[in-house]
Amino acid sequence: MIDAALIPIGVKRCSFGKFLLGLAAVGAVLLWGVYAMLLCWFKGLNQTNMNDYYGFALWIWADLAVIALGGGAFFSGFLKYLTGKDELKNIINYAVLIGFICYSSALLILAIDVGQPLRSWFIFWHANVHSMLTEVAFCLSCYFGVLTIEFIPLILENRQLNKISFFHHLAHNMHEIMAVFAATGAFLSFFHQGSLGGVSGVLFGRPFAYREGLFIWPWTFFLFTWSAAAYGPCFTLMITKITELISGKKLVKDNVIELLAKISGWMMATYIVAKIIDTIYWATVTAPSKGFLVSDFYTNNAFYGFWILIAEILLGGVVPALILITPAGRKNPTARNTAIVLAVIGVCINRWVMVLQTMAAPVMTFDKWALYYPSWQEVATTVLPVAYGAILIMICYRYLPIFPQEPELNPID
Amino acid sequence: MFPFNFEWIWDMSHMVFMGGLWYALTILGIGMTWCIVKAIIDMGKGDGGHHGHH
Repeated sequence: MIDAALIPIGVKRCSFGKFLLGLAAVGAVLLWGVYAMLLCWFKGLNQTNMNDYYGFALWIWADLAVIALGGGAFFSGFLKYLTGKDELKNIINYAVLIGFICYSSALLILAIDVGQPLRSWFIFWHANVHSMLTEVAFCLSCYFGVLTIEFIPLILENRQLNKISFFHHLAHNMHEIMAVFAATGAFLSFFHQGSLGGVSGVLFGRPFAYREGLFIWPWTFFLFTWSAAAYGPCFTLMITKITELISGKKLVKDNVIELLAKISGWMMATYIVAKIIDTIYWATVTAPSKGFLVSDFYTNNAFYGFWILIAEILLGGVVPALILITPAGRKNPTARNTAIVLAVIGVCINRWVMVLQTMAAPVMTFDKWALYYPSWQEVATTVLPVAYGAILIMICYRYLPIFPQEPELNPID
Repeated sequence: MFPFNFEWIWDMSHMVFMGGLWYALTILGIGMTWCIVKAIIDMGKGDGGHHGHH
């Protein structure tokens, strides 16, 4: 193979031609997204279906979803470096890579969403210090810096790069103090995940999202952080499984997968209890105090019914949590993978309703439900990060030692 | 934003928000500077030892 010298020792990869063919297939999707992105930048946000009802739309849902799913990086880092779960060293590289993709995607989507990305620095220089979104921007940017720092040593461990003395020492030194970076990342993640939830929770003019809370923080602040820590590792496990299926190899040992699934399951179980309590209190106290019945939020429209509440809490929360906290459930690959997929769908639904159902539900007596359909440009730019992520994973899987257990699990004859 | 910018106000919000930002950036900056400087020193010592990171 033309690139054999770059491939890690002890692993087998497909031919270079097949690799390029895969890149080209995903690259075509990427180009479609880039075209839509350029339309949005050059022609403006009139390319979207956002309007006075929907200042937040598909992009913000995608942002919140990928940030929650990317939470696997900070929580896995927290578990490995700060609580000493050393087994997770076998999946932490992939968690960091997935986190890096998720957060860079979130920043890319925001760069399209702001309409004028050349002025993105205004949020730092002319900061509105009374806005939760400012805090989100600060923490998101800083945490992306942390993820980049966590990702650099992995790149430097490429066979050829690691031969360069400076890079070899730099990677070693970065590993030495990674706990400091991981702790900073956990701190930053706690606040930006929370503030994303806080943005919905403080909307006192939107009774669907509004929550009471502790001091300045609505309950959604804590629920968002908690859910990111609970569901993020499930996304890491899901992408690991997809990578195993595509590569046709076992890449991580079952004890590592089961440990992360167990921790994720218990986090999810505690989260979903808190979420159910929050929902009952909101439905029986908070919403009625604003003049609404809970049924007002789930009837008289073509899409949002009680089914979405059941899908989020029961199917996307209770069921996967019960499977993952049970030894028999998480040891059974079919049950475990089903739970992981349900959990990922569950947290995506949660972010969807907190962004889009919040905007859709009528508030005034003369209001009607305002349903929204994204334009193709919004869809293409939302698919763009998926293609970008797939390409980055393909390149990293081929050239970097992402899975330390791969040579042992797949010996070359 | 820095305290010498015209829009800066010495209130709790500015100190917490901007203080938090600069605090996080300082940790990351010092950490990376330490890694780079130590890598240059190690390289000068000719220490090419393989430490085994994982």
